[in-house]
Amino acid sequence: MDLTIEGVHVALSGRRAVDAVSAVLRPGRVTAILGPNGAGKSSLVKAMAALVPLAAGAVRLDGRDVAALAPRERARAIGYLPQDAAVHWNVPAHEVIALGRAPHRAPFAALGGEDHRAIAAAIHATETANLLDRPVGELSGGERARVLLARVLAGDPAWLLADEPLASLDPAHQIDVLDRLRARAMAGSGVVIVVHDIAQAARAADDVLLLAEGRLAGFGPVDEVLTETAVARLFGVEVTIARGADGRPLPVPTGRVRAR
Amino acid sequence: MSRTGKLIAMAALVTLLFGLSLAAGKVWVPVSAWFSADPRWWIVIELRLPRAVLGLAIGAVLGLSGAVLQGYLRNPLADPAVVGVSSSAALGAVAAIVFGIAGGAGQFGCAMLGAGGAMALLAALTWRSESAVAFILAGTVLASLSGAVTAFLISIAPDPYAVAEVIDWLMGALTDRGWADVLPALPLLAAGSAMLLVTGRALDALTLGEAAARSMGIRLGRLQALVVAGTGLTIGASVAVTGVVGFVGLVVPHLLRPVFGHRPSALLLPSALGGAALVLGADSLCRLAPGPSEIRLGVAMALIGAPFFLALLLRQRRAAWI
Repeated sequence: MDLTIEGVHVALSGRRAVDAVSAVLRPGRVTAILGPNGAGKSSLVKAMAALVPLAAGAVRLDGRDVAALAPRERARAIGYLPQDAAVHWNVPAHEVIALGRAPHRAPFAALGGEDHRAIAAAIHATETANLLDRPVGELSGGERARVLLARVLAGDPAWLLADEPLASLDPAHQIDVLDRLRARAMAGSGVVIVVHDIAQAARAADDVLLLAEGRLAGFGPVDEVLTETAVARLFGVEVTIARGADGRPLPVPTGRVRAR
Repeated sequence: MSRTGKLIAMAALVTLLFGLSLAAGKVWVPVSAWFSADPRWWIVIELRLPRAVLGLAIGAVLGLSGAVLQGYLRNPLADPAVVGVSSSAALGAVAAIVFGIAGGAGQFGCAMLGAGGAMALLAALTWRSESAVAFILAGTVLASLSGAVTAFLISIAPDPYAVAEVIDWLMGALTDRGWADVLPALPLLAAGSAMLLVTGRALDALTLGEAAARSMGIRLGRLQALVVAGTGLTIGASVAVTGVVGFVGLVVPHLLRPVFGHRPSALLLPSALGGAALVLGADSLCRLAPGPSEIRLGVAMALIGAPFFLALLLRQRRAAWI
C-alpha cells in the first residue's frame, strides 16, 4: 500500500508549516523525514496520519484519502507515535502497550487471542518484557520510549509514522530501535521516521525526504539525496560523508557553512 | 484480590450501608421490625427508602462523573463542579425559589433547565475544539457566571424566607426527599450514567494525549459530547433533587486509584460504588448526629472529608519523598 502525499499544505495559525509537498512513499522501506528545526517535519507526519486539517492537497493510502477513512480503519492502517512522550496516568507498562490494540477491539470486549499475540510480538520486538509491571512514571526516558514504541507496534499498522522515536534514547537503544524499525520495514510495512540528526537519517533510512521551511528539498534514496551540497543547503553545515562498514553513508558535520 | 473480588467487596459495603441507612435515624428500626405490621416499617418505606435510593443514586453518579472528568481532563483535581453544570443547575433551582415557581416539580424543572442551558453553552463554546483545555476554560467561565447570577438573585430576593430557603437548599442534603422527588430524577441519572460508562475505552486512549488518542481511532468530538451530556444529565438531575453536594466526585476516584490502578476505565465502576458508599455512610452519620436539626450532607461531607483527604495527600507525599 503506497502512501501518497499530493500537494499537501498545512497551515498553522496562518503560517504555511507544510507547503506543496508531494511524494510517493513505498512500503518495505524506511523513509526518514529530515530537516532543521521548524522545517515542518512534525506537521507533515501529522498530516499523513490525518491528525491536522490540510489547507490543500491530500494524503492517499492505496488511492484512498486517509482523511476520509473511518477513524478506526485509519487507525488500523496507520500507527502514529507522537514526539511528546507524555503518559498522563501512572499505569503499568503492560497497560500502555495494550492500548495499542484499541483500533482492533470491539467495545467492552476483553483482549482476545489475536490481541495477546500482537502484544507479545510488540514486547518481544522492543525488549520490554522486563518492564511490563513497572509504572510508567518510574521508567527512564529510554525505557518509556521503548514502551510507547511497543504500544504503536501492538496495533500492527501497515504504516508506522514515528515522530522523533530516537530523541531520548542512548546510542545502544537508538541502534536497537532502528534495527526493529528496519526489520519491520523488511517484513513489508511502511515505516516513516522524523529525525533531525543527519547521521541517524543516513544510518536508518532507505529513503530520505528533505524539508526546508515547509517545502520539499529532496526525496529519494539516501545515497542520491543526502549529498554534501544538499546537507550544506539544508542545515547550513559542512559535512564530510564517510562510509560505514556496510557501505552506508555516514555524514559527519565539520563546521558551519561560511556566509557568502 | 482480583478486580472482581474487590468490586464484590465494594458492592457488599454499599449494600451494608444501604441497609444501615434504612435502619438508622432518630427512630432506630431494627431489622426484626422490617416487612411486618410494625408501624416503624412505614418510616422505612415512605421516608427512609426514597432517601436511601437517592443517596445511592446521587453518590454513584457523583463518583462516576468525577472519575470520567478526571480521566477526560487528565487531571486528578477535576470534579463535576469544574464543568459548571452543578452551579448552573443550582442557579435554575435558586431562580425557581426566588421567583416562587412553586413546588418540588417547579424547582426540579428549573434546575434541569439550568443544567440543559449549561450543557448547550458548553457544547457551543467547545464546538469543533476537541481539546480538553477549551472544555475546562468554558466550564470555569460557566461556573463563575452562574455563581454570580445566583448571588445576584439572592440579593434581589423579595422576602427573607426565600433567602433562607435558598441558602438551606444550596448546602445540599437528602433530608425529607420523598418518592415524588426521587422518581423523576432516576431516568435522567440512569441515562446520563449510561453515557458516562461507555467512555472508558476513549479515556484510556487519552492517557497518551489527544494526538495519540485520535491516531488510535478515538473520536474526540463524540467523547466530548458524551461527557457533556452525561455529566449534564447526572449532575443536573442530582443537583436538582439534593442541592450541591461537593467533594464526592473529587475524592472518590482519588481514594480508589491505589486500589484499582490508575487506568481511567478501571476506575469508572469502582468510583460509582465508592461514591454510593460515601454518600450513604455520610447521610446516615448526618441523621445519627445529636442535635435539634440534622447537619446538611454537603456540610458534613466537607467537614469529614477535607481533613481526611488532606491526611491522605500528606501521607502520599511522604511516601513519594522517601
